[in-house]
This record gives sequence, structure tokens and C-alpha cells, in this order.
Amino acid sequence: MKFTKNIKHKHTFQALPGKFILKGARVVDPELNLDEKTDIFIEDGVIKSIEKIDTAGFDGEVLELDGKIISPGWMDMHVHLREPGREDEETILSGSLAAANGGFSAICCMPNTKPAIDTQEIILYIKDRARGSLINVHPIAAITKRREGKELSEVLDLVEQGAVAISDDNTPVMSAEIMRRALEYSRMVDIPVIGYEEERNMAGIGYMNEGYTSTCLGLSGIPAVSEEIMIARDILLAEYCGGRFHVAHISTRKSVELVRQAKARGVNVTAEVAPHHLKLTEDAVRSFNTNTKVKPPLRTEDDRLALLEGLKDGTIDVIASDHAPHSWEEKAAEYIYAPFGVIGLETTLGVSVTELLQKNTLDLNALIRKFTANPYRILGLKVPVIEKGQMANLTIFSTNESWIYHKENCLSKSSNSPFLEEELVGKPFAVINNNQIFKSIL
Amino acid sequence: MLKSRHLLGLDGMEKSEIQLLLDTARSFREILNRPIKRVPTLQGKTVVNLFYEPSTRTRISFELAEKRMSADIVNFSASTSSVKKGETLIDTVKNIEAMKIDMVVIRHSSPGAAHLLSQVLDANIINAGDGGHEHPTQALLDMMTIREKFGRLDGLTIGIIGDVAHSRVAMSNIFGLITMGARVLICGPSTLIPREIERLGVEVYHNIDEVIPQVDVLNILRLQLERQESGLFPSLREYHNYFGITTERLEKAEKPILIMHPGPMNRGLEISSHVADSEHSVILEQVTNGIALRMAVLYLLGGGKSEIH
Repeated sequence: MKFTKNIKHKHTFQALPGKFILKGARVVDPELNLDEKTDIFIEDGVIKSIEKIDTAGFDGEVLELDGKIISPGWMDMHVHLREPGREDEETILSGSLAAANGGFSAICCMPNTKPAIDTQEIILYIKDRARGSLINVHPIAAITKRREGKELSEVLDLVEQGAVAISDDNTPVMSAEIMRRALEYSRMVDIPVIGYEEERNMAGIGYMNEGYTSTCLGLSGIPAVSEEIMIARDILLAEYCGGRFHVAHISTRKSVELVRQAKARGVNVTAEVAPHHLKLTEDAVRSFNTNTKVKPPLRTEDDRLALLEGLKDGTIDVIASDHAPHSWEEKAAEYIYAPFGVIGLETTLGVSVTELLQKNTLDLNALIRKFTANPYRILGLKVPVIEKGQMANLTIFSTNESWIYHKENCLSKSSNSPFLEEELVGKPFAVINNNQIFKSIL
Repeated sequence: MLKSRHLLGLDGMEKSEIQLLLDTARSFREILNRPIKRVPTLQGKTVVNLFYEPSTRTRISFELAEKRMSADIVNFSASTSSVKKGETLIDTVKNIEAMKIDMVVIRHSSPGAAHLLSQVLDANIINAGDGGHEHPTQALLDMMTIREKFGRLDGLTIGIIGDVAHSRVAMSNIFGLITMGARVLICGPSTLIPREIERLGVEVYHNIDEVIPQVDVLNILRLQLERQESGLFPSLREYHNYFGITTERLEKAEKPILIMHPGPMNRGLEISSHVADSEHSVILEQVTNGIALRMAVLYLLGGGKSEIH
């Protein structure tokens, strides 16, 4: 039986050729102050040399990369895989393929699976499912058991098995007491506590940013202040009792200002932003397209500009997709009934290059840091570098190629993106990691 | 000519379109006074009334308008439908469309529900109320009623009183009245006035006694009793004492004020019975005009070619 529509092609990670030359790309590693047009010779997955090579008589494979950029492999530290629980929406494998398709070699998966990532068994399950993959999958464990906000999960145990951070993502920790204990307890293993910042009593009945547009559309609002008071609370808690506080998907001007001031005071706080908040504002909701329904909601143009400023001056350390797959049937519902969230693994690079590099908010080095050194450091992981003797962990992309995001080229099991059929500039080409390669089909 | 094949809302609708709708409705109003109240304009066309929210007057008004236009009618309400079996809205309407229908009238609790249908169906869509967003036919019939009394809309001052934050009637009235050149004052407890509504060109008041001397018309909104339960104002008693429209309040006005209410009324709460039943009240005329206005909407969207008269 043949189907002509909506069949995703079978794509897999390929073994890297034993001897492999990446030829003619601009190689950029901000950590090493490396920025030159050169060649990289990889043997058995390890970088053997970074210098111009005469390929005449070479008996391995050569990949011509004229006009492309090679950087250390990119990390997306905020991804929702739906395994275990909602494998119809995303699995660890499909999410990993989508990550590779989008130019990432590592992802962190959030704990709001069913069951939640709150026991070492689930961590081991995820690591087992991701074994042998090109993508390094780093689980983020729940702060509290079942993400209920009542009792701390076994953080020491979870970290020992491989959790790189804790978060109750998709649910705020409403009790200041529990958040305080989470920050205190996690100090012992030096991992970040990632805050999903939303005062639920205020935000609970809202569907979009509260303001002029929500008034016009008759949709209940989620006020900016419902995010800001939680960020303010958790900054004060981190200041009081130590621990590392990381703000997930920051979205308002005052939130950025709170983090900026806290950093200036020396509080151990970091922040990430999602690409849809960099490109879209609440105006997009006027279409009633449910792929504009996200949490935190799309905010105002003034907020968007503040996010750009925050990225520029370093207040915001990381860009992360908040990739949140939802089935078509759920997203095709009425606006108030559709779930919050959009996918982003395959468009984050394109949106970031389009909005930040092309519009001169960030230079190439700064942009790469937001996806490499910064997230790796926040998570306490070794930063990949392009250096002789290191395993090749590389993202290859272009910054000037225009392309359109089509459903057919999307490897996520879901397609709830606000950027479908949108033109983006800057395209992932391939990723190399763990002695494997994946060439993007975008 | 209307620019759209659908009537989704009054936000963005042009003055000439509203004028056309009101003029056409006035012609149909005359038909309603004839002994035989039926025209053959929509003969052979099928209209579906999709009501996902309970409604009596709007549903009956649409149904009567459709019958007066000689359309075939199918009624669908959520309680008797496949909705309870978990079918999605899109599947439901695609099924109905597969039965070859021409127009859909939809009432739904989600803002944007009518927009959603307009994107997936070929039929003409008429929004009969989508959550707190818009209720365009109600606002048009309100404007029709005001115009009937004053002969115009521009230059008039209209007060919209009550729970503006949750009122699609208020929103559609604001969009339409501002477009038509009226001055719009809104008045209610500050917790029931939505943020940044001034940007639509209205003036916001919280003291009803400052509003009454300024207005030609008061459009009094229905207060949903559950708003008090969700903590938006302290008590019905206090609401009535500060925002209820009573004869005592109205007697202070120098000129007569036209009293309107989209119904159903909470007598003794937002409006006293004396006011509702007074000679200044046009609440029942609104209901009659509603049929004529909806006939006009069906006529213009259905591309009716035959003469109205």
C-alpha cells in the first residue's frame, strides 16, 4: 500500500568514514579564538589535524564545504521528548533525529514525561534508549517527586545516574519553601535548578499575553508580572541560600532587567530564551493559529527588543528551543482547548541566524557561544572544542542560505511549528559526533 | 459589497460595509411587518446552526431569519452531538459540510472558533459569538436600533456598562461604534475593564453617575454571576449599588437616554425592572431588529440576487 502524503522518510545516523576530510569551511571556535578557512582531518571520529590539506592521493572521503561554517557541536538545553508516555508525539529517537536535522549534537530532555523523570530508573531508561546515538541526550530530572511541588526527588541519586540539572518544567514550584530547599540541596552536586517561572494563580486561566491584543481577541491574559514575580522570588532565594538558578525561556523586559541586576550583584543566576520569543510577538495570535499558543506566551514588541538587548549584553546566556511536540489532533482544536507549546529543534538555528546574526544583534562568535560554551558550562559539562586529539563534535551550517521550513522535511513526529512555510536565513548542513554524521534534509 | 465571504467580527470592518449591512437590515425590517413575512432569497440553500454554547434568543433569532429567507435549516447543539464522544470541531464540521451545506452559523466558547471554521470550510461562516471575542450580529442589531431612533450613529455618545472584560457584545459594539464615528464610554468595576482598552478609542469610567449625564444611549451588559465567585468583585449587592441602572440614577439626566440590553437580563442587578420596562427601553425592539439584521447578513453573504422588495 502506498501513501502519497505525510510519510516521513526513513533517515538514520550514518557511520563516519574512517578517514574523512572536511574541506574548505570557515572553522570557528570561540573558546580557542579560532576563526579561519581551513580543513579538518578526522580519523575514526577523532580530529587529527586542522590545517590545509592537499587531498590529491587521499584514500578517504572528502566533504567539500566551501561557504559553510564549522563550529563545535551545538547543544539545545530545553527539549521535550515525549518518551516515555506520548510516543505518538515524539520518541527519544525521533527527537534525536530532529535535533541532528536542526544542527544539534546534544540535547537536554525535560522531565515532564509520563512517568516523570524523578527516579533513577527513568534516567537509565532514557540513557539506554539513546545509547549509540550521534546525539548526546542529557536528562534533566524533576525537582519534586511526580513534579507535584511537594517533596524533593532523590536529587543525589538522579545526578549520579546522569541528570545534569533539575526542573519541574511545565509546572512552577509554587512553594517558596520547596524552591529554597531545592536550591540548597542541589548545591551538594553543583547542578542548576531550572525555574519554570509562572505564578499559577495569576497565569492559570490565561491563553496569551495580557494586554491590548488579548483585550481585542477576548482571550484571557497571562500577565508579564506573573513571570516576573517568580523570577524575582527565585533570584532572592538563590541570593539567600546559594545554589545555581537558571531561568527557563525568559520572555519579558522586566524579567531580563531582574536577571541583569542580579548578575551585577553577583547572584548565581543564568537565563535562556526561546527562538519563537525572538521572532514573534503577541500580534501573531491574531491569526488564531494554535501554533502561536505557547508558555510563556508571545509577548509585546517591547519585550522582544529587551530579549535582544539581553542576548547582546550577556544577561541571557543561552538560546534553547523549548521543543514541545504535540499531536495534530490536539493542536487542531479550538484556541482555548489546544495545548501550549511548539516544536523548535529544526528551526532554532535558522531563526537565530535570521533574527540575531543577519540583523547584527550578535556576531558569529557570540551566537555560537549561546549554543555551545554557555549551555555546557551552565550544566557543568565539558565544552566541546575543535582541537587536535579531540573527538569530532561539530555543527556545520551556513549563515546566508535562504530556505523554507516544510512539513515534509521535518523529522520530529509532530509538526506544530509557527514557522512552517516561513523563509529563514541560515541553514543547518550536517552534524558530526560520536563517530557518526547526519546530513540535514531541511 | 462586503469584503469577506464570512462575518467573523466587526474588528477591521469598514464603515461602508457596516452601512450596507444596516441599510439592508432596514429593508428587511419592513418585510417583518407584512402579513406574509417570507422571501425566497435563500431557497434551496442549507444553513447549519452550530451551537456549542447554550443560547436561546440568538439561536431562535437566526433560525427565524433563515426561515424568513426560505433556507433549509439544520440545528446542531453540543449536548445532542458527537462532541461528547470526543470528536474534534474540525471533524464535526467537515462531516456536516460533506452533507453539502452552504452556510454555517457558529456559537462557541473559544475565541477564534469561527475563524477556524473559515479556514477549513468552503461554506460561508457567520460568527454568532466566540468566547469573549466578538458577537458581530448583536452589535449590528444594537447599532441598527440606535440608528433607527436617532437617524445616525456619528456624533452620538454611547455608554457600555458592566463586565466589559468578558463581553463579546461589548467588544463588537466598541469596534463597530468607533468605526461609525460614535463616542464610546465604558463603565464598570476596574476588575471588569480589560487592560489597554483605551487604545481602541473608548473612554473608561468607574463612576456611573459621571457617565449618565453625557450619554444618548446606555447599553447595559449582562453580569455573569460566576464572575463574583471567581473573585472579580466582592458582592452582587455592592455591584447593584454602584453600577446598577435605576430610575433614581436616570432621573438626574437632563435629556432622555435610550436604554438597551442584549439579554438575558438580571432584573434588579445590572438593571432595575422600572428601567427595563420604561418607555425609554428598546430592549424588545432590539430583539425584533435582530431578525431583520440577521436576514440582511444571510442575504449579503449568500449572494442573494433577487430584489428585496
